[in-house]
Amino acid sequence: MAEIEVGRSILEANDKLAGQHRERFAASGVKVLNLISSPGAGKTSVLEQTLKRLQGRLNCAVIEGDIQTDEDARRVAACGVPAVQIQTQGACHLDGVMINEALAALDLASLDLLIIENVGNLVCPVDFDLGEDMKVAVLSVTEGDDKPSKYPALFQQAGVLLVNKVDLLPYIDCDMERIHRTCHQLNPEQKVFDLSCRTGEGLDPWVDWLTGWAKG
Amino acid sequence: MHELSIAQSLLAIVLDEARRHQVNKVTKVAVKIGALAGVVPSSLTFSFDLIKEGTKAAEAELVIEQAPAVGECHTCEGEIDMSRLVEQCPHCGSKDIEFTGGQELYVDHIEAE
Ligand SMILES: Nc1nc2c(ncn2[C@@H]2O[C@H](COP(=O)(O)OP(=O)(O)OP(=O)(O)O)[C@@H](O)[C@H]2O)c(=O)[nH]1
Ligand SMILES: [Mg+2]
Ligand SMILES: [Zn+2]
Repeated sequence: MAEIEVGRSILEANDKLAGQHRERFAASGVKVLNLISSPGAGKTSVLEQTLKRLQGRLNCAVIEGDIQTDEDARRVAACGVPAVQIQTQGACHLDGVMINEALAALDLASLDLLIIENVGNLVCPVDFDLGEDMKVAVLSVTEGDDKPSKYPALFQQAGVLLVNKVDLLPYIDCDMERIHRTCHQLNPEQKVFDLSCRTGEGLDPWVDWLTGWAKG
Repeated sequence: MHELSIAQSLLAIVLDEARRHQVNKVTKVAVKIGALAGVVPSSLTFSFDLIKEGTKAAEAELVIEQAPAVGECHTCEGEIDMSRLVEQCPHCGSKDIEFTGGQELYVDHIEAE
């Protein structure tokens, strides 16, 4: 009987691919966001509102991860932005292999910003590095103010938190202060924007910040 | 939910090590999984046992060591239990604290014949 020291990350294959993609993105001068939330928190709505405001400011493209349909890709394409659809056939997250395939359909050199909408899921996408520069978490106020403490991994790793659907605050019990406090504890560096894709409130500060970040 | 794909990556690493060390059969696979890694140990074991059939790891027992969510205080350098969210260091009251463990997801060692 022999004991063999291994010390290898179980996600090494994905991490390696992510590293290659990260180099490709940097070489093409494109910044990449990985947009993560639970189902229905408003990722596609944030994309629509953001892309509309970025017109004429940044050249954007979107990779849409969906389990089954191409509905989100069509919503994004309607904003006049190239959208590549990945159907994950049931998988709960995107991985490097899927991104690799999607990249074949994009001209990275012509882009300033690539946004990847991950599959709606608060847990699984967090483990799979896609080579992005930054994870962006979307949390809608209707999900409850306890979500950051219950699902800390995403909120810990996200460079930006978008708290969406603030137009619904008058109708529900959601303690915004608790969301802000918990997320600050998990990641003191995090940028936080409270917004509503319904009313447009709070979107301009986020888009202005994003423009500066993408050009930086 | 992605324990099956994690199990596939795990098995690939185990079989790669078995090939490189030219062993006949793997009897134990020891992995370390952090409390914040988002992987359910029982589902991982279930998935691994399902896909190991017919390989050199067919009889391997998967042993999972769970790593707790821990943090460190930058002020007093004390270690902090982060399994529940804490606002300040329980030792000195400082708010300058940081996660240091809980994200682990790696193969520590294997045993083979
Ligand atoms: N009231 C309100 N509703 C919103 C807001 N943002 C999005 N919604 C609604 O929330 C629902 C889900 O929004 P989507 O943008 O499709 O959410 P998603 O995160 O992309 O969903 P999946 O891709 O399926 O995970 C839709 O019915 C939106 O109209 C908001 O700010 N306020
Ligand atoms: Mg969507
Ligand atoms: Zn302390």
